[in-house]
Amino acid sequence: MTQQSDAILGRNYTGLQTTALVFLRILVGWHFFYEGLAKLLNQYWTAAGYLAESQWWFSGLFLNLAANPTALAFVDFINSWGLVVIGLGLMLGAFTRVFTIAAMVLLFLYYIAAPPFVGYVYSVPMEGSYLIVNKVLIELAAVGVLLAFPTSMSFGLDRLIFWKKSPEYQALQRANG
Amino acid sequence: MNDENKSKSVDNAGAEEKSATNVSTAGWSSMTRRGLLKALVSIPFLGAFFLAFFKKKAVDDVKKQAVLEELGVTETGPAVIPDAISRPPGDRVRVGIIGMGGEGEALVRFAGFAHPDWVESSRQDAPGRLETYLAQQDLNIAITAVCDMFDVRAERAIAASSTDTRPGGASANPPGRRFRSYTDMLESGEVDAVIIATPDHWHSQISMDAASAGIHVYCEKCMTQTEEQTHAMYDAVKQSGIVFQLGHQNRQSEAHNKAREIIAADILGPITLVEGTTNRNDPWGAWVWDIHEEGNPQTIDWEQFQGPAPNRVPFSLERFFRWRCWYDYGTGLAGDLLSHEYDAVNQILGLGIPESAVASGGIYHFKDGRDVPDVFQSVYEYPDRDLTFVYSATLANGNYRGLQFMGHDATMQVSGNLNVSADRSSTRYKDKIEQGLIDTSRPMFTYRPGFKGIDAVTSATEEYFASRGLLFTYRGGRRVSAYHLLIGEWLDVIRNGGETSCNIERGFEEAITCHMATRSFQEGRKVMWDPTSRRIV
Repeated sequence: MTQQSDAILGRNYTGLQTTALVFLRILVGWHFFYEGLAKLLNQYWTAAGYLAESQWWFSGLFLNLAANPTALAFVDFINSWGLVVIGLGLMLGAFTRVFTIAAMVLLFLYYIAAPPFVGYVYSVPMEGSYLIVNKVLIELAAVGVLLAFPTSMSFGLDRLIFWKKSPEYQALQRANG
Repeated sequence: MNDENKSKSVDNAGAEEKSATNVSTAGWSSMTRRGLLKALVSIPFLGAFFLAFFKKKAVDDVKKQAVLEELGVTETGPAVIPDAISRPPGDRVRVGIIGMGGEGEALVRFAGFAHPDWVESSRQDAPGRLETYLAQQDLNIAITAVCDMFDVRAERAIAASSTDTRPGGASANPPGRRFRSYTDMLESGEVDAVIIATPDHWHSQISMDAASAGIHVYCEKCMTQTEEQTHAMYDAVKQSGIVFQLGHQNRQSEAHNKAREIIAADILGPITLVEGTTNRNDPWGAWVWDIHEEGNPQTIDWEQFQGPAPNRVPFSLERFFRWRCWYDYGTGLAGDLLSHEYDAVNQILGLGIPESAVASGGIYHFKDGRDVPDVFQSVYEYPDRDLTFVYSATLANGNYRGLQFMGHDATMQVSGNLNVSADRSSTRYKDKIEQGLIDTSRPMFTYRPGFKGIDAVTSATEEYFASRGLLFTYRGGRRVSAYHLLIGEWLDVIRNGGETSCNIERGFEEAITCHMATRSFQEGRKVMWDPTSRRIV
């Protein structure tokens, strides 16, 4: 992409900025989509293990969810399908604003369920070393960037979905008188 | 971004698109081809995703299929488990509870009579636990009689017997009658069956008296304290024809039943070593149980409690409430915890009584006046099966070591779950290991019954039992109390005939095996089993 400016929701991004943002959105979407599919395909999967590890202020809530079979079935369903739908939405850039917010809610819940605070040890092994900041928090921040700098109205299905509301369309209308 | 920029950019956009188009602005058709391509920018990524996704799935499926075909067992299908209950419970069975300590209370609860305190605390702290309990089948019994040497516990049994919070929507029963002595209960004509959850030193006497009165027996392990009692009890139960069940919850464990399938399919190859372990590291797990504040010579019938104990001593709260710490009343690690491991191995491999036993240990951590060891190991030889069974236990370390069956081709670890890992030098799996289809660093087979749910396990000791499938097990993905299934099976055999899963034959094998270890430890020598005279020599 060249250095010409792209207009997205009325904002001027350079080509590099747009590319970086769209690429980030697709990568996060890819990650969510596969996480969701992997959970749906694995009949053994349940959030119970993760919830049962919960520490910090909200651990009571998460432990109760893990211990209640009905609540747990609901959590598992919402989580796996939520990941799939959010992932697809972010990749394709469809209804991106809603799914970006939903992604942030999910990531926020993952984070507060088991935050890597000083003194908290989890029996589920982590693949890296974390202090307060972990990959969930970073992904949460990344999705926050996507919310602040949306791209789907230009690069994504939202361009089609919300075409008539787009500044581009409005400008065309005005130009055509 | 400020308004100035915004308007500028909108203008830019308009100008850019305008120069390229001169079309109707009614719908998408007003969009330029370039605009449409931008909208569909992710499609190639989606294509790449699915390409990678299906490739990965295909690779995983091929590996999985190759392993499962080789093993000849299903990964997810439930193990073949004998139905605990063959027919709906028809006749009401009148049950007496003898001994309402921790174990007795649990047994009564899973027979359908939870004490109101338990219901209340579950409601507040563990709603899932209560939900599971209430979903239990109503076994159609009444606790008509209770007997405990401690007034507080007898009162708790009476309260439980008339509770109105019942599983399966059952209604409340009239309160059970308290008997000061178990013989009065057996002679009262008010019970058809008894649950015996007293300290070990009373098990055989009560069981034999019940058998001679034609009353069915559910007896906690260890079923006897000595070899002589074991023979006497075996004969009494056999001659009476009563239905006898020894309280070994693992008999109902779905993982253990699956393990039998693994053995039957010969997945492990020749097994030469079986290792069973106990690791607990809290005072409760070492039998330092609470001394009830109302316990005193007025509320406890000390003389009757001592009964057949080898040594009679003055009133002692420690001995009453922490009886497992003394051989006068208990059977030490052998009878309490080795028995679980042995019974699991016996259930899975059908080993029977070993040829020899060598045991050792000591009181190394809990130097509180007890005379049973808190660290204890026993080595059993089975030359006719070409294998050794080693039991190793400490009550002062919580490192989980589990139960392992070690074969030439693979190792099987059994707990609530079941893992089978191929051995690096296996003959049978050599080709598949070389082809990369079997990875020896990871289990090639994992079986997790009831994976969709966990328990609000509250204490270290409960966790210990839960990990061994002793607290609960699964039926078709549903969590069920293992106690409930075992009691249910006992009642089913009482009503409809058949054989209990832990009958007097299994109980005999287990008691003798445990006593061999205790004898070896106490006498400081290797003991042998003479199968002809059926004696420990």
